Amino acid sequence: MQLFRKITAFDFLGWRKTAMIISGFLIVVSIASLVFRGLNFGIDFTGGTLVEVGYPDAVEVEEARDLLIGNGLEDAVVQHFGTPQDILVRLPSIALSEDGGAVKLSSRVMEVLRQPYDETLIDTSSLSTQQCVSGGTVSDCRIQMRRVEFVGPQIGDELANQGGLAVLYALLGILIYVTFRFEWRFAVGSIVALIHDVVITVGMFALLQLEFSLPVLAAVLAVIGYSLNDTIVVCDRIRENFRKMRKSDVIEIMNRAINQTLPRTLLTSLTTLLVIITLLTLGGEVIRGFSFALLIGVLIGTYSSIFVASPTILVLGIKREDMLPVQKEGKSAEP
Amino acid sequence: MLNQTEWWRYLIVTVVVAVGIFYAVPNLFGSDPGIQIRGARGLSLDSNLLGRVEAILSNNEIAFKSLSQDENNIKIHFDETATQLKSKKLLESELGNSYSLALTLLPNAPDWMSDIGALPMYLGLDLRGGVHFLLQVDMDSAIQRQVQNAVDGIRSTLREERIRYRRIVANEDGTILADIRNPEQRKEASDILERDFLELQIDNAASNEAALVISLRPERIDEIREAALEQNRVALRNRVDQLGVAEPIVQQQGADRIIVQLPGVQDTARAKEILGRAATLEMRMVDEENNAAALEASQSPPGSRLYRFRDGRRILLEKRVIYSGDNIIDAAASLDHNGGPIVSITLDSTAATINSRITGENIGNRMAVVYQEIVSRIRTDDDGSPILNDQGLPERMTERVEEVLTAPVIRAQLGKRYQIEGIGSINEARDLALMLRAGALAAPVEIIEERTVGPSLGQANIDQGVLSVIAGLILVMVFMIVYYRIFGVVALTALSLNLVLIVSVLSLLQATLTLPGVAGIVLTVGMAVDANVLIFERIREEIRNGNTPQASIHLGYDRALSTIVDANITTLIAALVLFNFGTGPIKGFAVTLSIGILTSMFTAILFSRVIVNGIYGGKIVKRLSI
Repeated sequence: MQLFRKITAFDFLGWRKTAMIISGFLIVVSIASLVFRGLNFGIDFTGGTLVEVGYPDAVEVEEARDLLIGNGLEDAVVQHFGTPQDILVRLPSIALSEDGGAVKLSSRVMEVLRQPYDETLIDTSSLSTQQCVSGGTVSDCRIQMRRVEFVGPQIGDELANQGGLAVLYALLGILIYVTFRFEWRFAVGSIVALIHDVVITVGMFALLQLEFSLPVLAAVLAVIGYSLNDTIVVCDRIRENFRKMRKSDVIEIMNRAINQTLPRTLLTSLTTLLVIITLLTLGGEVIRGFSFALLIGVLIGTYSSIFVASPTILVLGIKREDMLPVQKEGKSAEP
Repeated sequence: MLNQTEWWRYLIVTVVVAVGIFYAVPNLFGSDPGIQIRGARGLSLDSNLLGRVEAILSNNEIAFKSLSQDENNIKIHFDETATQLKSKKLLESELGNSYSLALTLLPNAPDWMSDIGALPMYLGLDLRGGVHFLLQVDMDSAIQRQVQNAVDGIRSTLREERIRYRRIVANEDGTILADIRNPEQRKEASDILERDFLELQIDNAASNEAALVISLRPERIDEIREAALEQNRVALRNRVDQLGVAEPIVQQQGADRIIVQLPGVQDTARAKEILGRAATLEMRMVDEENNAAALEASQSPPGSRLYRFRDGRRILLEKRVIYSGDNIIDAAASLDHNGGPIVSITLDSTAATINSRITGENIGNRMAVVYQEIVSRIRTDDDGSPILNDQGLPERMTERVEEVLTAPVIRAQLGKRYQIEGIGSINEARDLALMLRAGALAAPVEIIEERTVGPSLGQANIDQGVLSVIAGLILVMVFMIVYYRIFGVVALTALSLNLVLIVSVLSLLQATLTLPGVAGIVLTVGMAVDANVLIFERIREEIRNGNTPQASIHLGYDRALSTIVDANITTLIAALVLFNFGTGPIKGFAVTLSIGILTSMFTAILFSRVIVNGIYGGKIVKRLSI
């Protein structure tokens, strides 16, 4: 099976104005969302406490919330998580337990939620379930603590800084490598495409007010890697064509390269999207945000390697002569 | 003839595949519920313990699968969790306090495999369940303590040298102010201090005519920090051992943080209680001379400070610390003949000498045990609502809680061993003994991050992860076979081998596999075919250009190579940045992503070529099934 019988001859660069309008629109929406709605940072960045609790049967969110608020945890935010039997309790870092330490809040939350079931966790080291004592007998707890995350505010600030730095370092490293292997216009073109992808992916999270957590940040960095992969493949072909198609003009050469790599670009995106969709549907609630960031990123990344990177290189004024010295270098550096 | 594989390629591929499969195999054996026995406080196990354990189990008719001993551990495998729990209770009561018993999952792989490092993958806490703590060490407190020591030293030295001073005090910024009474002696004082205190430096610019401004040398501060971190790490390790956890991890992170990971721990409240209790103990003399007057006036004379007991009573103690919890080797709680709780303490030799001298000079006086704890609070205004800073975050402050536990009268000269009386209850005595025994912290710690995953969620995460990997793999495989036919089969063989190699490398490195790590593997499945897609598309192109099938295969692999390397190296750059920046789970993602990129280059370029050559190489081919 083949997507295209022959090498296609789409005039991708001819559509660069349309592409610019689309990209411009997406970026304006993204930046506006970031500025006016802001990111919905998860506790990884804001600090705070999060407790995921499993009930034996479906549970009403209001019930749990009233119980928590009635017991001095006024700041508790409760929502369902995945199934009606699971709830997620969040407490901002500002919330305090009686002794002033936030780290003990999670134990307090569990204690309060167990009250109506008249059970108390006993200190046990069973590896499969949590055991409670209820009415004098020991048995598996009916309410199970699934997950607790507590992040102190100092950590949150640090992570936010480091996260921003990580994105910068990744971009810088790539800029250097691509300049060394290709030419500065290619490097700038790739970076413009990457920034385009990162801004839109993060912008989507702001627009939809999805939680921006540490795994989501990791996904953004993975998107940088992925999108670049795509762009490099196109750039590589452009370089090769400059060498071979001595008589064609720049636009023709670049168009040809994009068309030659088009089946590969679409195919790899497709296989990657297939696994991302399995992650999204089967991977569980915890990595949903992560998978979603990848989904957006791969879609945008595929688009940008065709419609953003190459036009940028063109606009920067690439000429055949620019490729000549690098051609030699590229050849000798080839393994 | 084109496309025949050189012998050395066969060799490389065969060796890598064989080694890869071998190291991946231990993951197939699964694990048993088990018990791990270690000597408490790092003691080694005696040789007849194995026989004792076996006897205890068989006397009580408990069936176990196997029993083995290595250097530091005895490991017992069981068939089911119920027997495991029963045995632990039994063994605990029979073996007593000198051993630490932990429930754990023991890998089932044969011993000869584990002996050559073929172990199952090391699962992160989000997959196996357990708790992860990040603790911040309060370095200021450790430094401040040394500054106070220096103040005491300077005072006694100047006294000995007959240089009179108005006051010598430690400032809050860590500097010491020495106010010399006679300005003419300033030079002399400064010379003496420079001669006797190598760890101190005198800031001549900040000093004026009479007063010297002294501070610790930066090298000394670094030393204090390092020592404090190391001692805290050891102390935390000892405390963790008291909790009975298998395979705990206690390691340094950065300059002032320590990670503690406790796999399988359910109830984190007790763990936090034991770890987070940033208690240090200090022994100080009661300033009997000024005590009454100071209580009256609510004002302390220089060199002393007012402290409170738990019940609010006040007492005047000397600022000088006689010795601290670090010097305590052992501590045990018991009841004395009157039924009152006591803690028996054994000191190291340094503290024993000091103790003997001080108590000899002070019979009839009181010596106080001061308990220090650091707590982090949010600043509140008068109405009790939190004060926010510029960024809208609540402002925090750390506060030192100091409490006099007891101030017993010294009845006789004490030495290496002595007892503390007057403790509230036997439970309090037990906790105090545990804290003293486990080793005091050189500086208080605060838990700044906690991530706990319950065992049911851990298992669910594993199941979902495995399901996603398999489902993703099947989807990609079906797609590749439909799209590339025989070459699709080649690609999916390469892809499957890639998975085996990732598992194998993770097992070999014993790198931690986390949930994001599993996501990284799934993502690799999608991206790893990219190299094959690049090659196959290139082969198709070459065929279209009119090349023969054999030449097309050759050119396809050849021309796609540099593209693949470029594309993968840039992705690797992103993965490495991720690895350097990331903590815990994110690192896991970066690790699997990096390994996946490297193994996929091997499988897609070298391995798939060998297979393609095996199918088409060395003969005349009319058309390719691509």
